[in-house]
Amino acid sequence: MSSEKRSLFARATIAIPFLWLAVFFLLPFLIVFKISLSDDAVAQPPYVPALSFSEGWAALREKLALLDAENYAFVLSDWLYVYSYMQSLLLAGIATAILVLVGYPVAYAIVRSPRGLRPVLLLLVILPFFTSFLIRVYAWIGILSREGLLNQSLLSLGLVSQPLEILSTNIAVVIGMVYSYFPFMVLPLYAVLERMDDSLLEAAADLGATPAQAFWRVTVPVSVPGIVAGALLCFIPAVGEFVIPDLLGGSDTQMIGRTVWNEFAVNRSWSVSSALAILILLVLLVPILIYQRMQLRELESR
Amino acid sequence: MAMRKGLSPVTLTALAGGIAFLYIPLFLLVIYSFNDSRLVTVWGGWSTRWYQALPQNQALMDAAWVSLKVAAVAATLATILGTLAALALVRAGTFRGRTLFAGLVYAPLVMPEVITGLALLLLFVAIDFDRGFWTVALAHVTFTMCFVAVIVQSRLLTFDHSLEEAALDLGATPLRAFFSVTLPVIFPAVAAGWLLAFTLSLDDLVIANFTAGPGNTTLPMRIYSQVRLGVTPEVNAISTVFIVVITAVVLAASLAMKWQQGKAEGR
Amino acid sequence: MASAPLKPQKPQSVRRKFAPWTDPVAQPLISFRNVVKRYGGVVAIDGVSLDIYEREFFALLGPSGCGKTTLMRMLAGFEEASEGKIMLAKNDLSGVPPYRRPVNMMFQSYALFPHMTVSDNIAFGLKQEGMPKAEITARVEEMLKLVNLRGLEKRKPHQLSGGQRQRVALARSLAKRPKVLLLDEPMAALDKKLREQTQFELMDLQQRIGTTFIIVTHDQEEAMTVADRIAVMDHGKLVQVATPAEIYEQPNSRYVAEFVGDVNIIEAEVTRAASGDIALKSDVLDAELRLAQRADVKAGDRVAVALRPEKIRIGKEPLSEVHANCAQGVVYDIAYLGDLSIYHVHLDNGFVLKAAKTNLSRQIEPPIDWDDRVNLSWTPDAGVLLKS
Repeated sequence: MSSEKRSLFARATIAIPFLWLAVFFLLPFLIVFKISLSDDAVAQPPYVPALSFSEGWAALREKLALLDAENYAFVLSDWLYVYSYMQSLLLAGIATAILVLVGYPVAYAIVRSPRGLRPVLLLLVILPFFTSFLIRVYAWIGILSREGLLNQSLLSLGLVSQPLEILSTNIAVVIGMVYSYFPFMVLPLYAVLERMDDSLLEAAADLGATPAQAFWRVTVPVSVPGIVAGALLCFIPAVGEFVIPDLLGGSDTQMIGRTVWNEFAVNRSWSVSSALAILILLVLLVPILIYQRMQLRELESR
Repeated sequence: MAMRKGLSPVTLTALAGGIAFLYIPLFLLVIYSFNDSRLVTVWGGWSTRWYQALPQNQALMDAAWVSLKVAAVAATLATILGTLAALALVRAGTFRGRTLFAGLVYAPLVMPEVITGLALLLLFVAIDFDRGFWTVALAHVTFTMCFVAVIVQSRLLTFDHSLEEAALDLGATPLRAFFSVTLPVIFPAVAAGWLLAFTLSLDDLVIANFTAGPGNTTLPMRIYSQVRLGVTPEVNAISTVFIVVITAVVLAASLAMKWQQGKAEGR
Repeated sequence: MASAPLKPQKPQSVRRKFAPWTDPVAQPLISFRNVVKRYGGVVAIDGVSLDIYEREFFALLGPSGCGKTTLMRMLAGFEEASEGKIMLAKNDLSGVPPYRRPVNMMFQSYALFPHMTVSDNIAFGLKQEGMPKAEITARVEEMLKLVNLRGLEKRKPHQLSGGQRQRVALARSLAKRPKVLLLDEPMAALDKKLREQTQFELMDLQQRIGTTFIIVTHDQEEAMTVADRIAVMDHGKLVQVATPAEIYEQPNSRYVAEFVGDVNIIEAEVTRAASGDIALKSDVLDAELRLAQRADVKAGDRVAVALRPEKIRIGKEPLSEVHANCAQGVVYDIAYLGDLSIYHVHLDNGFVLKAAKTNLSRQIEPPIDWDDRVNLSWTPDAGVLLKS
């Protein structure tokens, strides 16, 4: 249908989900932003000012004047919070880099498998994603702990003389991230490699490229959009990860997702946790926008 | 060309390694759920005692029931909203706020759960909505509908638009054209979206932690509180049940879909 | 391929006398009045006015992007005109949604509903009308008979051959007995043999049921075979609307002459213009050009002359004398097509003329070979003077 005349049904398909997301996704972020400018108080809700439109415009303006950026000043001046951000970005970055290196060969291998086998292999990769995230992280505790299965095997094989300390370190956090986000990396890579025209490689070979040259000069450049999509799909949520650092990390693992939760649930400081959340959003704004752009372009391209 | 088609030793190793990496931890978890010993690191012989103990754990059973209810409600609503969102993105052409709309659909896919959870909680507090079953369900609808939208969207992109035009041309109103032609054809994607939304909701810990009320502990919340105390064979047992059920459902669904697709499109 | 032809009916000769567009009192069934369609700043349809009559088989012909499909989709109701009016049986169609128009369309992709059987596909439009069940069954049966698909009613579209799918699509779009049937490149997905056979079946069907058919095609042979009249389109405008013979023999422009069939275009200057006898001088021909045509030109006008290859006589025997409408040259290329051969002749001054000759004998060795010196000649009524 042309865009100038839209049926009632077409209007509803836009309005209903739009309204829902505006109320349950956009509005909450505005509230988070507002609370990040408020002060904590021993009250219910535990922050002031609590805006209320029923008290009239003058009262509202008076309360708006109470908003300030002191939570941000507090967060940014505390070295622990800054460290928390840096560590989140670093660990998520390392995990994402490893994911690209591990995920690419797997996606490539699935594409190279016999046609009939591909859906089965793909399902094998996706299946763990359907089973619980929490359970998958939990499974690693039993493997990585001091008396865990990894150390037991290494000791019995005589590869180490002392059990390795992996659990409760940042290494365990990175392992957990690589494991948990693995399907998110493989899927976009598979999609882009699967779409690649085989005649590109034949043309490269025809023009004198060895298989290795063809791979580095044709396959890899063609799959860059998949690499970027996969990397963003893993990196962005990994930065704010809570479960993995909480279960596999140690006391020095202060990733920002955990910090937000602690400020909220343990210190009961809603305004500081709001400010922390807004700062994560600011840090992730660029990658999120790039990701949305890519999705939108994918949508327009067909 | 045999040189590039098929698997070289290197790619085969990568594939085997990747699959092993994904499944060995789950496999070990399942094995140790049958461990007779309470010490998880010591093998004490085969036993099903932890499974027999599960039904007696009333708190766990309650949590599982809450989770199933939340997931069923959330997945159903999310499927409706997500399908509508996909239609809006693919079919409605350009409209004012389309970029914002697309941003709102895609952002929850990558948004760290801690932030989504906190934001939704603060919304519920601000509008004085008591935390309970519905707050978790509404929160789950919001983030899972976006996954549904992406799945349905990719199906709609390959959907032949002239099918719907043909229905209109033959006298069906837009609404009837949707229900008699478009929906049946894209149904496998809609069903896959529902299943994904259901498992995502069943699986979610962080958002539920923020938005659940005191009487509405979900299964992941219950498991999490036990996990924090360390690895126990009991948790292994409940995890195994979870894994087996989800795997069976997903496998059955994908087989059914494949069969359905084969029937509908002859491929 | 099991696509038996439709039952042959007694040949009808009505078709020859069918020409309502020449009748000043005939009322058109469909009327486009100054229709303009813009997409943003792009003009897709640029002021089209066109009348189509009841029982007519009308073709919209043009290259892709010329606006022919847009024009058809406006009639079906999938696009609204930006300006102008479209009338159907004296009713203004603007604002009427596709599902309320007595017009049905056969889609290029056929758009068969993959989840429905052949019968359900054909019955779909009737169900939307709320037709009683018994009547639907009877109508579906009738349609299956019409397109020779009985026995396949329980099949799903993917269990049919390409030709069978095309018939289902045709039956489905005819089931509601529309006033007008629109066919969007209906034979594009068929191979050549089947396409030709289907073209004749379609003509025969249209004769029998008497519905107005409008076909969109980029294939000029198809348009000329099936249509009573053809509208040749270019850049959203109608260039010429006429019968196939008129389009071919009396093209009104260089565009039409070149789009339909093979043609030599000779640029020339009018030297003498008398009624029915125009003399021209061309840089590429040594001899004078003479045309037996009435045209509004005067001495000194620059014009173009279209000359179809089959209208040129080609031979090795020398001409008795050098008169008008002749040329000499050397064969430098031969396109052997079986039934005829097209000779590309290099004239002495470098210009190339194409001449066709029917292969009357079964000789393998061509009577005229590469590098043969040949003489070309044509009659004064062979060429057409084009002003644009």
